Amino acid sequence: MAVVTQAATAASDEKELLISGSEAVAEALTLADIDVVTAYPIRPYDTVMQAIAKKIANGQLVAEYIVAEGEHSQFEIVKHASTVGARVFAGSSGVGWAYAMECLVVTPPLRVPMLALVGNRALDDPGAFGVEHNDALFVRDLGWMLCWIDTSQEALDTTLIGYRIAEDRRVFLPLAISADGAFLTHSQALTLVPSKQKVDRFLPAYNRGDLQLHPDNPITVAPQANEDWVIEIRRQNDEAMKRAYTVIEEAYADFRRVFGRGPENPWFEEYMTDDAEVVLIGMGTISLPIKVAIREMRAQGKKVGLLRLRWFRPFPYERLVTALSKAQAIGVIDRNYSFGSPFASGVVANEVRAAMYNAERRPPLISFISGLGGREVMLDDVKKATDICYAAARSGQSDAKTHWLGVRD
Amino acid sequence: MASLIAEIVYRGIFQKNLAARVARGIVLSARKSGRWGIAFGRYGDSPQRNGIPAKDFAIVADTKEELEQNMARYEPKHTDVTIVLDDTLAKGVESWAWYGLQPINKLTVPNGTVLMTSLQSFDSLIEDVHKREEPYTLALIRAKASFSGLWVYREDHTEVRVLGALAKIAPQFLPLDGVCQAIQEIDWGSDLKVASAKKAHDRLESRVVKITEGNAEAPFAFEKPKWWEMREGVTIPAIPIGKPKEGGEGYVPDRNPYFKKYTTRTMRPVIDFDTCVKCNLCWISCPDSCFDVMPDGTFDANMEACCGCGVCEAVCPVEQCVTMVNESLFEDNASQWEMWRKDQAAYKTWLVTKIGDKQGTLRSHGFRFRGQYEQELAAGDLDSGGGVITAGIPGENAAHKTQ
Ligand code: SF4
Ligand code: SF4
Repeated sequence: MAVVTQAATAASDEKELLISGSEAVAEALTLADIDVVTAYPIRPYDTVMQAIAKKIANGQLVAEYIVAEGEHSQFEIVKHASTVGARVFAGSSGVGWAYAMECLVVTPPLRVPMLALVGNRALDDPGAFGVEHNDALFVRDLGWMLCWIDTSQEALDTTLIGYRIAEDRRVFLPLAISADGAFLTHSQALTLVPSKQKVDRFLPAYNRGDLQLHPDNPITVAPQANEDWVIEIRRQNDEAMKRAYTVIEEAYADFRRVFGRGPENPWFEEYMTDDAEVVLIGMGTISLPIKVAIREMRAQGKKVGLLRLRWFRPFPYERLVTALSKAQAIGVIDRNYSFGSPFASGVVANEVRAAMYNAERRPPLISFISGLGGREVMLDDVKKATDICYAAARSGQSDAKTHWLGVRD
Repeated sequence: MASLIAEIVYRGIFQKNLAARVARGIVLSARKSGRWGIAFGRYGDSPQRNGIPAKDFAIVADTKEELEQNMARYEPKHTDVTIVLDDTLAKGVESWAWYGLQPINKLTVPNGTVLMTSLQSFDSLIEDVHKREEPYTLALIRAKASFSGLWVYREDHTEVRVLGALAKIAPQFLPLDGVCQAIQEIDWGSDLKVASAKKAHDRLESRVVKITEGNAEAPFAFEKPKWWEMREGVTIPAIPIGKPKEGGEGYVPDRNPYFKKYTTRTMRPVIDFDTCVKCNLCWISCPDSCFDVMPDGTFDANMEACCGCGVCEAVCPVEQCVTMVNESLFEDNASQWEMWRKDQAAYKTWLVTKIGDKQGTLRSHGFRFRGQYEQELAAGDLDSGGGVITAGIPGENAAHKTQ
């Protein structure tokens, strides 16, 4: 479905604000009336914690705002708050997210529906502020739901939808929303902010039920268990992640019903893919240079489209295979690395490869790595990638190597 | 082609090092006649918990292939010899909640051997061991259970006496010569220990246990829940709060229905309700919340919960009001207070017999007072198989330790 994402005009109960992705998240947290939020500064996530602090200081949001002494405590505190029934939020970036790893690991098995914002940032060393997706991807195998957003509007909407999904009893899994450092966290765009009434119609209160730590519900959480129990607990998590597919579809459909906007396909955005011979795949704000390059290439008669992956966990492998089945060649541009992986590719390329394995038609797939450390992805990079994909389409063969774009060589 | 599989059932912490020595000793002894072998512990056990039943295994085989075949499972399904390092384990093994009670002879092959260290008679032991469909041999090394702590090892030669006994039970795999040679070479071996092993070999007592003999009770068992039956979020419901004992008086807490602890303890407290001053100290101090509060204000140690730690005995201010007595002296887990209420004179007689038994009140782990070990040595309670044991460094291969 080739639809350009365009902000609708504001409905009577909505206001239009010029805000950054980080501020949009804070708007959504205010509307979701969160109870506990923890903070520890690190760029670019710190813009979110500032925006929330401002909301609280202005009296627009009443919530416990706890400045922790590090990311480890930051995530540990919200985990506990969530088990007593609080709606919680935390976030971090790069090595800060890495420092919280122990707490991030225990969150999914404890079925804590925490929302986290990862302002994607390159991992040290070298110390760098720019975007890379490896930080959020740390938790890709552990039961965290992961999605990548592209615009301030999507930041706001996805935060609201995110609570709805994570706090659904069928799921009860944490969700990390990834926002590209700088490109999204630090740039302001016109964004529609809905009314509290509408949000209340969409987002029910968090009800932890029989898992809530409360004197009236005496339970033990997180006991030591031996091998007689662990695999059953993992299987429970597996089931929750599988159920998330349905819950995500439901939540987006409901969002559209209540707010009158939002994508029909939650999983990925398709731009000019209907007749595309070459489909490029990417996550996050990389969509912008790709879309512009596509328009220029189409003017020269090249039928190129973009598939911007929104949800990475759970991974929409079935819909992806259907969407890619008509393409002559697929090019995946990863803003991450996975050294030593098959074909030395990025993470998304290998996920797509795996998803296509059982497909009837497997178009050639070419893997690219670009934009690491926040390096700008140039229109020429996208065009070069497209040419490589066209060559593969003609030969009918995938390259057995990964191309690095925009690296000095 | 043949193999020998031995399990070594022991008490957590107290016998952890002992069991490991026996397992190593079996493999190293069999190596002397060219066999291959492996020694390992059941990883899921928690041998760092005081007194909890745990297992080590030793497998020796003629060929490497056969060894691998037997190693391919987490815990062997059958054992040729079940070595029991403490005779209170005759009542069975329950290492965790939801395991149920595993009879001590459950894995022993038909006509296999259960080898125990014990001072009890065959008959009194067989009363404790669960009845089964196939006969087996009960073999006894005459000694009290060898218990030590986490950091100390009790050098009473038990490990070599077990090896000597095994040379009698399975000479085709563990010929006495090989056993003696291995003991001589091993870092904790010595000539004196070789003598102990030989004595144990010669003195081993054994008798066949018929299928008509043994404890006829069905051991308690549980079905573990399916993944979708378990509460999510690594969450387990708390035990509900308890109820008054009767007529609104007293208090009986609810307890974990899946962990009975019957076989966790080697000793249990015997309470003199007549001398109890109702000070609450036992109730407050018990780490396992064992004490049910009786309507008259005394405290009854519930045997479904007691791990036998002895804290209640240590804190009770009244002499001989709480006395720890060896578990083998009891046939059931019934309430002492109910027995006392039914017939106080009869209870007194029962109590005096239990706490008057010198062997029965010998502390199985730890000591009641400084110097008790020396006293036990002097009294000849410990049998070295003829050699002299001292409380100092007992005849290890000093040469192995100098490097
Ligand atoms: S020995 Fe005494 S203190 Fe220890 S668990 Fe048993 S009743 Fe409680
Ligand atoms: S500690 Fe002794 S005297 Fe005190 S209540 Fe317990 S049994 Fe009675």
